[in-house]
Amino acid sequence: MKNAKIVVLAKQVPDTRNVGKDAMTPEGTVNRAALPAIFNPEDLNALEMALSLKDRIEGATVHVLTMGPLRAADIIRDAMFRGADGGYLLSGREFAGSDTLATSYALSCALRKIGPDIIVAGRQAIDGDTAQVGPQVAEKLGLPQVTYAERIVEIKEASLVIKRRLEHGTEVVECPVPAVVTVNASAEACRPRNAKRVMAFKCAMAKSEIAAAPESEAALRAASKPALQIVEWAAADVDPDPQQLGLTGSPTKVKKIENVVFQAKEAKRLTASDCDIKELMVELIASHTLG
Amino acid sequence: MNNLFVYIELEGGKIADVSLELLTKGRELADTLKVKLEAVVMGDGLAGLEKELARYGADTVWIADDAIFSPFRTLPHTAALCGLIEQEKPQIVLFGATPVGRDFAPRVSSALHSGLTADCTQLVIGDHNDVKSGKGYTDLLYQIRPAFGGNIIATIVNPDHRPQMATVREGVMRKQEAAVPAAGEVKVIDWRSYVKDSDLVVKIVDRQIEERKIDIKGASIIVAGGYGMGSKENFKLVYELAEVLGGEVGASRAAVDAGFTEHARQVGQTGVTVRPKLYIACGISGQIQHTAGMDQSSMVISINSDPDAPINKIADYAITGDVNDIIPKMIKYYKQNSK
Repeated sequence: MKNAKIVVLAKQVPDTRNVGKDAMTPEGTVNRAALPAIFNPEDLNALEMALSLKDRIEGATVHVLTMGPLRAADIIRDAMFRGADGGYLLSGREFAGSDTLATSYALSCALRKIGPDIIVAGRQAIDGDTAQVGPQVAEKLGLPQVTYAERIVEIKEASLVIKRRLEHGTEVVECPVPAVVTVNASAEACRPRNAKRVMAFKCAMAKSEIAAAPESEAALRAASKPALQIVEWAAADVDPDPQQLGLTGSPTKVKKIENVVFQAKEAKRLTASDCDIKELMVELIASHTLG
Repeated sequence: MNNLFVYIELEGGKIADVSLELLTKGRELADTLKVKLEAVVMGDGLAGLEKELARYGADTVWIADDAIFSPFRTLPHTAALCGLIEQEKPQIVLFGATPVGRDFAPRVSSALHSGLTADCTQLVIGDHNDVKSGKGYTDLLYQIRPAFGGNIIATIVNPDHRPQMATVREGVMRKQEAAVPAAGEVKVIDWRSYVKDSDLVVKIVDRQIEERKIDIKGASIIVAGGYGMGSKENFKLVYELAEVLGGEVGASRAAVDAGFTEHARQVGQTGVTVRPKLYIACGISGQIQHTAGMDQSSMVISINSDPDAPINKIADYAITGDVNDIIPKMIKYYKQNSK
C-alpha cells in the first residue's frame, strides 16, 4: 500500500469519567459546566493506530475529522501536535440535535468529499457509550468494517490484517480497503505531543477562529500559511440531504431526561448482634433475594 | 406482520444468556402489544435450537443455517437481517449489547434509517405526544438508559421510524421460561436473495476464544470489599461470603489500590458499573465515584464500623460493626437457614 489517505473520526467530549465533588450540584445532579472538554479517550487510541499506519505506509497522510462547535478545533490541534497532518471541522447549527444516525450521515457526507482509503475511529465516546457511529458511517459509505481493533498485524497491497479484541478472545481478520476500523481502549496508547510540533502548529486555526480575532498575531500567521489552516465546513459544503441532518434527521427522540439524584433514603439499621444478622439472612432467603 | 424480533446470538453453538433474557422481556412486550414474538438465528448447524427458543416464548424461529454465518461476520449478518426486516416489517427488534450486537445492530439501523438505542436498562410500552407537532403516538417502545457517565437517565422513543431497535446488556433483564411454551414454528430466511458476494470480502484468518475471565457485570449477587477490610488476609472473608451466597466479588478503588484484589473487580466510575439484585458493601465508605457504579443495585446492604458512612445513605440495610465479626455470622446464618 502506498500514499494511503487516512482519516481519524474524533469527538470532543465532556470528561464524565472523573466527576469530582465540585462537579455535583447541591441537589446531587451533574454540573456539566464543571466538566472539562477532552479528546475522547478511544479516539486517541484510533489516532495512534492511524499514525502508526502512516509510519509504515510510504506517503500516507493522517487527517482528523470532527463534528462539533468551534471549540472542537482544540482536538484537531491536539492531534496535529501528536503527528496528524491536519484536520476538518464540521460545524454549524444544521447539525445540532443529531443522534448517532444523523451524526453518521453528516460525517459520511464529509468523508465522501475527502475520499479516504482508511477511516479509523474510537470504538465509542464516553458521553454516550453507544459505539454506533463507526458502523453506521461504514454502512452509509458501503464499506466493510472492523470493530474492536487492537493492532494492525500486516499491511498488504490492498488490504489490512487486523487483530480484534472480543469479550472472550481475539480474532484476526483480513479486510480490503477502503474500510472503517474502530479501535478499542486496549490498543496502543497515543504518542505524546511533540514539542516541535506544538511550536509549529499552535497557531493552526479554523476560518471562524481567524475571523473572530483577525488582527491577532496567531490569526495573521494562520491566514498566511495553508498548513496552519484547519478546514472548516458548514452543512452546505458537504452536499447533504437536509432532511437527514440534525434533529430532523434523527429517528430517536429524547422523551424525558431525569437527573440521577443521589438522595438519602432511610436505611434499616442493624447491629452486629447474632439476633439481627440471623433475622436479616432469614428475611433475604424468604424474599428469594438469596437463592 | 409488525411483530417483535429478538436477534439470537450463539456462543460456541449455544444460545447466549442475553438472548434468552431478551426473549423473556420480548414475550412480555409482545403480550402487551398483542403481537407475535419472533426469534432470528443465523449460524451453522441450528437444528433443534427452536425447542429451547420456544420454551422462552418464541412463536416463530427464523433461521439462516449456513457456514457463511459462522463465525459471525458483520456484512452477511447485516444483509440477511435487513432483508428479513424489510420482508416482515417487525415493529421492534432487540439485540444483546454484546460485541456482536454492538457491531452489527448500528449497521442495520443505518441501512434501514431507523433509530437504535444502545445499552437500555428498561424497555416499556407507552404512549407519546410530540410537543412540537402535537402528534400523538400509542404503544411506542420506551427505551430507557443511563447516559452521561450514569448521571442522567434518558427515555428515548422512535416515533416515526420502524423498526424501533434497542440493545440490552447481559444480566440486565431477567431470564425466565414462558409459563406456556410457544409454538417455535421454524421459518427459513431467504438469505440467498439478500447476501451478495461483496458481503463476504472480510476473511477471518484466526480466532482464539478464551474461557470467560472475571466478569462481575452479569452477577446477580455481588459482595464487595473496601479499604475498611483492613488487609489482603481479611479480604478473603469477602471471597468466602461471595462463594457461599453464589455471588461475585467486587471491590472499591481503595481496596484495589491497596492490592487486596485485582482491578477487574473494581466497581465504580473508573471500574465497572453493576446492577445486581443484591450488593453487599463490606468496609466501603461509599464515595460518589464508587456509588455511581452500583447505585442501581436492587438492594444494598452495607457493613461499616462508621454509622454515618455515606454508603448508608443509599443502603437498604446498614449494619454497624466490625466486618471481621459480621461476615462470619452472615455465612453461619445463611448456611443454617438455606435449604
